[in-house]
Amino acid sequence: MAGDQANRLTSGGLIDRSTALSFRFDGKNFLGFKGDTLASALVANGVKLVGRSFKYHRPRGILTAGSEEPNALVELRSGARREPNTKATTAELYEGLEAASQNRWPSLNFDVMSVNQLFSPIFVAGFYYKTFMWPAKFWEAIYEPAIRRAAGLGRAAGVSDPDHYDKAWAHCDVVIAGSGPAGLAAALAAGRSGARVILCEEDFVVGGRLLADGGAIDGLPAAEWVARAVAELAAMPDVRIMTRTSLFGVYDGGTYGAIERVNDHLPVPPEHQVRQRLWRIVAKRCVVAAGAIERPVVFAGNDTPGVMMASAMRSYINRYAATPARRIALFTNNEDGWRTAETAIAAGLQVAAVIDARPDVSPAHRSLASKGGFPVLHGSVSGVDGGKGGVRKISVSLTGGARAEVEADGLAVSGGWNPAVGLTSYHRGRPKWRDDIAAFVPDGAPPGMVAAGAANGAFGLGACLREGFEAGAAAARDVGRSGNIGSMPVADDEAFSITPLWHVAGKGKAFVDQQHDVTASDVELAQREGFQSVEHLKRYTTLGMATDQGKTSNVAGLAIMAAVSGKSIPETGTTIYRPPYVPVAIGAFAGHHRDENFHATRLTPSHHWAAEQGAVFVDTGLWKRAQWYPRAGEKDWLESVTREVKAVRNGVGFCDVSTLGKIDVHGPDAGAFLDRVYINAFSSLAVGKARYGLMLREDGIVYDDGTTSRLAEDHYFLTTTTAKAGLVMQHLEFCRQVLFPELDVQLTSVSDQWAQFSIAGPKTRDLLKEVVDPAEDLSNEGFPFMGAREVQLCGGLKARLFRISFSGEMAFEISVPARYGEAMARNLMIAGKPFGVTPYGTEALGVMRIEKGHVAGPELNGTTTAGDLGLGKMMSTKKDFIGRVMAGREALVAPNRQVVVGIKPTDKARRLRSGAHIIPKGETPGPENDQGYVTSVCFSPMLDQWIGLGLVERGRERIGEIVRAHDPLRSEDYDVELCNSVFYDPDGGRQRG
Amino acid sequence: MRITCPFCGERELGEFTYLGDAKPQRPAADAGEDAVYNYVYLRDNIAGVMSEHWYHGGGCRAWLKVTRNTLTHEISAVEAAAGAGAAKVGA
Ligand SMILES: [Zn+2]
Repeated sequence: MAGDQANRLTSGGLIDRSTALSFRFDGKNFLGFKGDTLASALVANGVKLVGRSFKYHRPRGILTAGSEEPNALVELRSGARREPNTKATTAELYEGLEAASQNRWPSLNFDVMSVNQLFSPIFVAGFYYKTFMWPAKFWEAIYEPAIRRAAGLGRAAGVSDPDHYDKAWAHCDVVIAGSGPAGLAAALAAGRSGARVILCEEDFVVGGRLLADGGAIDGLPAAEWVARAVAELAAMPDVRIMTRTSLFGVYDGGTYGAIERVNDHLPVPPEHQVRQRLWRIVAKRCVVAAGAIERPVVFAGNDTPGVMMASAMRSYINRYAATPARRIALFTNNEDGWRTAETAIAAGLQVAAVIDARPDVSPAHRSLASKGGFPVLHGSVSGVDGGKGGVRKISVSLTGGARAEVEADGLAVSGGWNPAVGLTSYHRGRPKWRDDIAAFVPDGAPPGMVAAGAANGAFGLGACLREGFEAGAAAARDVGRSGNIGSMPVADDEAFSITPLWHVAGKGKAFVDQQHDVTASDVELAQREGFQSVEHLKRYTTLGMATDQGKTSNVAGLAIMAAVSGKSIPETGTTIYRPPYVPVAIGAFAGHHRDENFHATRLTPSHHWAAEQGAVFVDTGLWKRAQWYPRAGEKDWLESVTREVKAVRNGVGFCDVSTLGKIDVHGPDAGAFLDRVYINAFSSLAVGKARYGLMLREDGIVYDDGTTSRLAEDHYFLTTTTAKAGLVMQHLEFCRQVLFPELDVQLTSVSDQWAQFSIAGPKTRDLLKEVVDPAEDLSNEGFPFMGAREVQLCGGLKARLFRISFSGEMAFEISVPARYGEAMARNLMIAGKPFGVTPYGTEALGVMRIEKGHVAGPELNGTTTAGDLGLGKMMSTKKDFIGRVMAGREALVAPNRQVVVGIKPTDKARRLRSGAHIIPKGETPGPENDQGYVTSVCFSPMLDQWIGLGLVERGRERIGEIVRAHDPLRSEDYDVELCNSVFYDPDGGRQRG
Repeated sequence: MRITCPFCGERELGEFTYLGDAKPQRPAADAGEDAVYNYVYLRDNIAGVMSEHWYHGGGCRAWLKVTRNTLTHEISAVEAAAGAGAAKVGA
C-alpha cells in the first residue's frame, strides 16, 4: 500500500496535485504533492509508525499537524545538513527530501532497545537521581554513555554546517503573531489605519485553522476570504507578511525575536542565500493571534500510532486530502471535537463511534450520529489495543461503569483547547484559569502586547475576527495611526461546551509527555515523593522539558498533579514560561559570526606589506600583528627574533605600533584634566615634549600606561596600551563627562586615524634623514630625548614625530595619516636599505622591553600598584588624581608586597619560564612559602641567556639573592638570581644618544 | 532593552555599556579615606527603580544617567551626564 498515496482523497485539499514530489523515509521511496508536509505525505502513504520514543522506545505515530508535535521527529537531510529532531508536521515536502526515523536500532520495525519497556521500573520519574549512583566513576564511563545510546533523540550532523544564517533587524508599529482569522483581522485593521505592520506566520500558508476548518466569513467561504484579505494586505506598502516565520521570544523595549525559515523548504539553499534568518523586530505594539493548541486526554495506550488529535485529523483530511484512518473513533469532552466526525463523514470515511465524556450531546450531533450510522458512547477511552501497526481496538469505560469496545484503525482525541499563552507569559507573566473553557488564558502581557482570538480564549470564529480586528485597530490608534479601518469581518460563533477531563484510569502506560515519556504514574510518583510544586514536578519528571516544551503536555501534567494533591488547577499553577517558543538553531543565533568571522579582524596599516614580507601574525585582541619576520634558513622563531633584536641594537629596525590607542585631548583645561587622570603631572609638560604617564583605577590599582605628548598649549596626544585602547577612552570620557564636567576639555579617539611606527637603533637618525624634510632639525639639540612635534616629510606630508624609546635604543616614533601607513613601511624599507633596516615584530619588541625592564600587560595585571611596578615615585603629592586616596591604603603600601624585579637562572643555559613560582632557598614549595612568580620571560640576545621579570615579595631589597623557581606544571625546579630589572644599558645612555 | 539617548534617539542595548549605580558622588580631594572607600566600594543593590550610568560607546560616546527598574527593565528617564556633548566654551 505504501508508496502509492493510497490514503489520499481523490479531490480537495490545499495541495498542488500537478506537482508530485518524490521523497524517501527510512530508505523507502514515496510520492507526495507540493503543499504537503512530510507528515501529511506520510499519512497519505499510509505510514503510521514514524519513530520510537525517548526512554521506552515505544512505537510512535503522528499526534498533531503543527509545531506542537511531540512524536513525529525525524532526522531530515543527510551528511553535513543532517538535522535531528525535525518535526515531520512542519517540514515542508520538497523533491528529493530524505528523512529517517530516530531512536531505533537496527530498524523502526524491529528495535532492540524496546526491551527498555521491560525494564521500565528503573526509568520512572527521577531515575537519573536514583539509579546508577554508585560507584561514582561508573557514571561517566558506563552509565551515561549507555543511557544516552538507549534514551535520546536524533543525531547531530557531527560536522560543520555548510549553510549560511543571517541576522536582521526590522522596525514597525505593529507586529502580529499568527495569520489565522484573528491575525488577519488585526492586520487588516492596523494596515488600513496606515500602521506599519509585520505579520508573522509560522506555516508556509496564511490562514491558520481556517485552512483546516473552513467556515464562512463575510458570506464567503473561508479560503476565498483569506485570499481576499491577503490580496488587500499585499497591496498595502507598509504591511509585510512573513510566512515560515515564528515569533519565538519577547524582549525588553518591544523587541521580538523571530526565526524565518527562508530556505528550509528546499533541498539546499540557492547560491548566496541563507537557510534561516534570525529577526529582531522592534515594534511599538504586538498582537498575539497565535491560536490555541488542542490537548490530549491521558489514557492507557494514548501513544499508540493512529491516536491523533481530533483537530490534526481534520487538518490532514481537509487541508492535505490525506486520511489518517478509514474507520475513525472520536473521543471528545467538548463540542469542538465533533467537527472531526463531521469532517470524516464528509470525506466518506467511516466513523466507528463517538465517545463523549460530557453528560449531554446536542440534538444536531445525535442526528449526525444516526445519519452516519455510528453510536454515541457516554464515557471515556480507557485503553487502546494496538501496536506498531496502529490502533485496532479501543476500550471504553461507559458512564455508569459498564465497558464497551470499539473497533477502529484511528482514534481522534480532543481534550479541549489550550490558548497559546507562551508569548504573553514571557516576562514572568502568569496566565489565569478560566473555568468556562477549562483552560489558562493570558492575564495581561508584556508591555505593548495584547492577545486576541483563540490565544485569548475566544474560540468562536466570529469572536476571533472581532477580537483580532479590535486589537489591530487599537494598536494602530495607540501609535497614532488614524486611517479609516473599514468594516469588521463577520462570522458566526460556534457553540462551545466542555467537561474537563485530563486522565482516565486504566491498565498500561498512560502518557502525559510523549516526547519525554512521562506518564501519569510518574506525576503521581513525583507527588508522593514530595515534588508537588510544578517547578519541581517539571524537573523531577522532565515533563515539558523536551524540544516541544510540553505544548501538548504541560497543562495535563499539572491538572493530574492538582488532582492527586487535592488542589485546584489554578492553585497548582504553571511553570515559568521562557523563550524560545519553538526551537531555534544555534546557527541562526550566530548568523555570520562564526569561524574567521566570529569577531571583527583589525589589520594594521602595514598589514599587507608585512604579509608580503612573510610575517608571522599573532592575534592581539581583534588585531593581527606581525610577530616576527622569518627569513630563509632560519630554523625557528627564536632565531628570527634574535636576529631582529640584534639588528635593532646594532643598526636600525622598525615596527608597526599603530595598535596603540591614540587620543587627542583638546581644550584650555586639557592639562588640568590629564593631571587628574594620571598619577604624574602633565600641566607642567612643556609644549614639544612627551612624558610617560601612569593611570590608576579609583581603587588604587594600576589601570594603564602610555606616552602623552604636548603638541600645543591646549592640545595633548595621549597613547594607551593596545589592549585597553577602547576601555581607556571610555574611562576618560567618564572622567570628563561625569566626574569633572567643569573642565573645558574634549577627547577625540584617533587610533584609526594614525599609522604609527617605532624606528629604533643607533642608525635611526640616518634613516630618518632620508624620510624627513631636510629642513627639520633631528639633532640631539634640535630634537632631544622625549621631544615631540609635528614635522614635514620629504614630499610635504605632515607627520607627528616623538623621540621616545621602548627598546632602550636611540628611537623615534613617527605617526602618519593611516592611509599612508603602508607606503610609509615600504618607504622605510627603501630608504633604510643602505643602513640594513630590519622590520621587527611584537616578539622582538617584547624581548627589548624585558631587557630594559619595562612593564607591560603581564605586570599591569589588575593587582599591581604603581609602587609594585617601581613607579611609586611618579605619584604626585601636589595634586588629586584618580586612585590617589585608595592607593595609600595600608595593604597597598605594605613593605612585603610583591614587586617587579629582574630574574635570571643561575645556570646560564637554563630556560626560564613564566608562571614559575618563587620559593626561598631551603623552603618547601607550597602556598605558605610562595613569594611570587615570573611574569615575563625572553631569551636575551644581548645577555645571551634567558631572563625575565617577576613579581616577588620585597624583590627590590633582595637583588643578588638566589631563590628557587618552582614550576609544578612543567615539573621544573631550578635556582634563579633576583636582579635589577633593567638588564641592558641600565643608565639609559643609548636612548639619549 | 532599548535606551533613548538624548543625542542619538532610541537605540538598541548592544550599543551601550553598563557601569552601575549613578548615585555615589566622587568625594572632594580632602574628604578622607572613609569617604573614598564608600564611593569606590559601597553600592546599593536595588530591586526596583535605580539610577545608573550607561555609556553610549556604540554611538555618540555620551555617558548617560538612566533611571531603570531593575525588576522590569522599564526605563523611565534618560539624561546626559553633566559634561556630555559640546565643550563648555565660555561656561
Ligand atoms: Zn548617543
